[in-house]
Amino acid sequence: MARPMQVSRYWRHFREKYRLIGGKCENGHVFFPHRGVCPVCGSKNVEEYEFSGRGKVLTWTIVRNPPSGFEYYKPYPLALVQLEEGPVVLAQLTDVDPEEIHEGMEVEVVTRKVREFEEDGIILYAYKFRPVLK
Amino acid sequence: MRKAVIIGAGMTPVGEHWKLSLRDLAVEALLKAMEDAGVDKVDSLYVGNMVSGPFVEQENLGALIADWAGLGNIPAVKIEAACASGGAAVQEGVKAVLSGLEDVVAVVGVEKMTDAWPSDATRYLAYAADAEWELFHGASFVALNALIMRHYMKTYGYTEEDLALFAVNAHANGAKNPYAMFKRPIKVETVLKSPYIADPLKLFDASPVCDGAAAVIITTPEKAEELGVPKEKWVEVAGMARAIDTINLANREDLLTLKAAKIAAEKAYKMAGVEPKDIDFFEVHDAFTVMAALSLEALGVAKKGEGAKLAREGQIAIDADYPIQTMGGLKARGHPVGATGVYQTLEAVLQLRGEAPNQVPDAEVGLTQNIGGTGSNITVSIFRRV
Ligand SMILES: [Zn+2]
Repeated sequence: MARPMQVSRYWRHFREKYRLIGGKCENGHVFFPHRGVCPVCGSKNVEEYEFSGRGKVLTWTIVRNPPSGFEYYKPYPLALVQLEEGPVVLAQLTDVDPEEIHEGMEVEVVTRKVREFEEDGIILYAYKFRPVLK
Repeated sequence: MRKAVIIGAGMTPVGEHWKLSLRDLAVEALLKAMEDAGVDKVDSLYVGNMVSGPFVEQENLGALIADWAGLGNIPAVKIEAACASGGAAVQEGVKAVLSGLEDVVAVVGVEKMTDAWPSDATRYLAYAADAEWELFHGASFVALNALIMRHYMKTYGYTEEDLALFAVNAHANGAKNPYAMFKRPIKVETVLKSPYIADPLKLFDASPVCDGAAAVIITTPEKAEELGVPKEKWVEVAGMARAIDTINLANREDLLTLKAAKIAAEKAYKMAGVEPKDIDFFEVHDAFTVMAALSLEALGVAKKGEGAKLAREGQIAIDADYPIQTMGGLKARGHPVGATGVYQTLEAVLQLRGEAPNQVPDAEVGLTQNIGGTGSNITVSIFRRV
């Protein structure tokens, strides 16, 4: 698997991916990821918005035949998580037994390694979600 | 306004063509279509293809294929709309004819997928998703569809068995198609016993990685007459439209509505002056069994949440009210991604000419629906017997 040519391709999203920062428009619509035009009302007056990182599993799967670059991690759970503020985020679940995963499961955001390139390549970190620690 | 008719169609079988390259497949289908139409030159070429760059390190397919098919110095381009590339290429070809700028247009859809390792193929197919917010997290295309499938089953109370019926129907029809990849009927148990590739999605819920090419020739009725193409060969393009939806599945308003298909279908029905009940057969995009169910709902054939019920009630077979996947669909004919929309078009043409190996009796009107991404880019086309 080829290495990324430019590290910049990944670091430009680090803040969003480490802290779960999305956007909020002048009309109060919140969304993830951040973009310059509100996907709900089209407003271009958008500021950054940091989500709490709490949410519920909307639907989930176990990836058994991953895309190249992710073979090392298989099988891994992937889910759509509905954040308590409303938007839905796609992410891997972590620190969880696949048997425990269920729709509606309460989860919280954590930062984890997502992918490692070859020996001299870069390591990518981002948000994943784990069951809420009681 | 001008009218567009399809006067020629050609294809290669779908399968693992280890001895043939992308260009071999495309040229074979294209020359067959031209021979079928009885034309030896065309004004332009549109190539439907999704990911030739990563798969075979070849872009600029317009020049490549027109050159190797001996079409001369005509305009030729690749049209890309993920798995809906083929459907989009057909529509671009029709638009060129309707505009009056071109009179005889060739469209070829081609994809060569088996030259790549399976995990690389999985990666390339995921290029149709959002690279930064989906593939980045290890989402394969199958995984994204599995998320939809689980949500569909949970929301409406369907089982894996219910959805398996779509695969069974596709294989039953594909068994009669000499150009299909899988020519064997299967049982529900075959689907249920196949391994999970992304739970609850199993190997037999998914269409195969494969190679293939299909082509059609489009012109106006006047030109067809002038060229001496017998009327039995004409199939009118009666309506067509397409629409997009969010590229990222997480950003959808409703995970279980193919909004782009709904919008495109409404426009296409209006243009053709027909309703769902007037359509004699549907070639829908069953890359995954759940997509067949959602497509039937978006096309207005079933109410929301009742797409899978149509399969359960036996309404999707050749001799039922809403036949789908008459030549095997993506599931059994095979899904050479960027070529699929052209295969669907060609199959509609064969049905409407009465030449299909699995003929829908007295078919007058047929619909094709081609999905790109997880529903992010969708084409709907309606064809009518002349
Ligand atoms: Zn807004």
